[in-house]
Amino acid sequence: MQLSPEDVAHVALLARLGLSEAEQERLRAELEAILDHIKALDAVGIEGVGETAQVTGLVNVWRADEPRPSLDAAAALGNAPEADGAHFVVGAIQE
Amino acid sequence: MSAAGWSGRTAVECAAALRSGEVTATGLLASARGRRDAVDGRLGAFLARTDDLAERAAAAADERLAREGMAAPPLCGIPMAVKDVMCIEGVETTAGSRILSGFRPPYTATAVGRLLDAGAVVIGKTNCDEFAMGSSNENSAFGPVGNPWDLERVPGGSSGGSAAAVGAQIVPLALGSDTGGSIRQPASLCGVVGFKPTYGRVSRHGLIAFASSLDQIGPFAHCVEDAALVYECIGGHDPLDSTSAPDAVGDVRAELGRGVAGLRLGVPREYFAAGLDDGVRRCVEVAIETLRGQGALIEEVSLPSTAAALSAYYIVAPAECSSNLARYDGVRYGRRVASPSLQQSYLRTRDEGFGAEVKRRVMLGTYALSSGYYDAYYRKAQKVRTVIAREFAEVFTRVDALVAPTSPTAAFPIGERSDPLSMYLCDALTIPVNLAGLPGVSVPCGLVDGLPAGLQVIAPRMADALALRVAASYEAVTDWHSRRAPLGVAA
Repeated sequence: MQLSPEDVAHVALLARLGLSEAEQERLRAELEAILDHIKALDAVGIEGVGETAQVTGLVNVWRADEPRPSLDAAAALGNAPEADGAHFVVGAIQE
Repeated sequence: MSAAGWSGRTAVECAAALRSGEVTATGLLASARGRRDAVDGRLGAFLARTDDLAERAAAAADERLAREGMAAPPLCGIPMAVKDVMCIEGVETTAGSRILSGFRPPYTATAVGRLLDAGAVVIGKTNCDEFAMGSSNENSAFGPVGNPWDLERVPGGSSGGSAAAVGAQIVPLALGSDTGGSIRQPASLCGVVGFKPTYGRVSRHGLIAFASSLDQIGPFAHCVEDAALVYECIGGHDPLDSTSAPDAVGDVRAELGRGVAGLRLGVPREYFAAGLDDGVRRCVEVAIETLRGQGALIEEVSLPSTAAALSAYYIVAPAECSSNLARYDGVRYGRRVASPSLQQSYLRTRDEGFGAEVKRRVMLGTYALSSGYYDAYYRKAQKVRTVIAREFAEVFTRVDALVAPTSPTAAFPIGERSDPLSMYLCDALTIPVNLAGLPGVSVPCGLVDGLPAGLQVIAPRMADALALRVAASYEAVTDWHSRRAPLGVAA
């Protein structure tokens, strides 16, 4: 599997990873090797086989639509890097 | 008996001694802390010590034992360790990652909460590969862990600290999590019992997510009965986890003594393929003959797609991790690298906060889920997952359980496997079990040049008690589980 530097840069942006150029180049080679290994998937006959996303056999697990206690604001904000007592504080969204 | 005399004893032995008055919970805690403080400087198994919590828990356990006597829960007063991927309210929980340094969860994981409610005494949080991604504990942001059998070798991973804490006889019990082998493989490498229950048996509420359709919490112990004690305590339905199985766990320990006479045990030939160390192979073959001698009907079986399971896993698990780890954005908790814009803050926070293996998997997963590659990778891997699960189901129409090696090799030297693919191969024999959601247990079955090997028992979904029963039967006539690590360097 060939990956271009642009492919890696694109995926890094999708993943919101601000990687250095050196790191992108190292990952490009590593991901190519891993994707080559993953070709072993092609050896398995999957014609007409459905997809498995989970193995519990459970379907549509709902709880009753009733209010219940939850974390108060102080607890929810307790680990925030920056908060103003009622909200999380973030930087500007528009440059 | 002196405090040090409790090091290396099983939980069942400790529980009996607590009830006979031979020792107190406070005394067991002193023994565990003493051992931890004496050896952990060399071992590196603990990331956080929870001594205040433990002292209060031990005092409460002693009161409860005095009040309730034999009726007190079996784990009351027993020292334990918890992998640092499970939340304990107010106790720093890092998942082995710099991005969570200083994170103090506002709630406790269900599995840990059930242990605390039963009176268990948690002495600390254990080291692990970052976000449980790894097979050697070398991916922890906070340093490696030594193998108690040879401190220059890895303990396995990702639950390396928990395996080492039990293997080094600091605590008789520890919790780990297993997404592709992260309980069974380190158990095998550290010479202890490690049990991954059926997916859904133990609540994941409060477990820091890696790959949600695969992650499962389970115990490390010196013997199968101890592992069963923990499983009985932490297992069972939890409304806070929508994938939690509604079925009751039942009286597992009552099953352990039933033996294997008449049971059909399958030996999957693909698990003995190239890459299996000769010494490990011999240990496992002797173990299988032991089970045959106990009356089990041994039959060779085939799981033809075993080799492809690793590939399917390295799409499915990274895909789920890339989604789960999107939450580490430096906004609500964890580290933030301040930047002029939110986008720059995301990029810098995640670059500086995550280690190399986590970035690799986030990249791999993001790629596999991205437009144009989803069908070729993610969808195909999910179909192969179906095939893997069907092959197990088909085999289980003919045999009751499977027996195989846990890890293809014994513990390897720290630093030896720098290539990611060679590290991924560590889990080739445990990964298929996670993809199918089956229960699997590893029990010590020999030493290869002074390093432990593990026998893996795999059972059908929800047949957790059967997996433990086969393992207990083997353990009853062997003494590998009773060997204790020397905490030195092998010759």
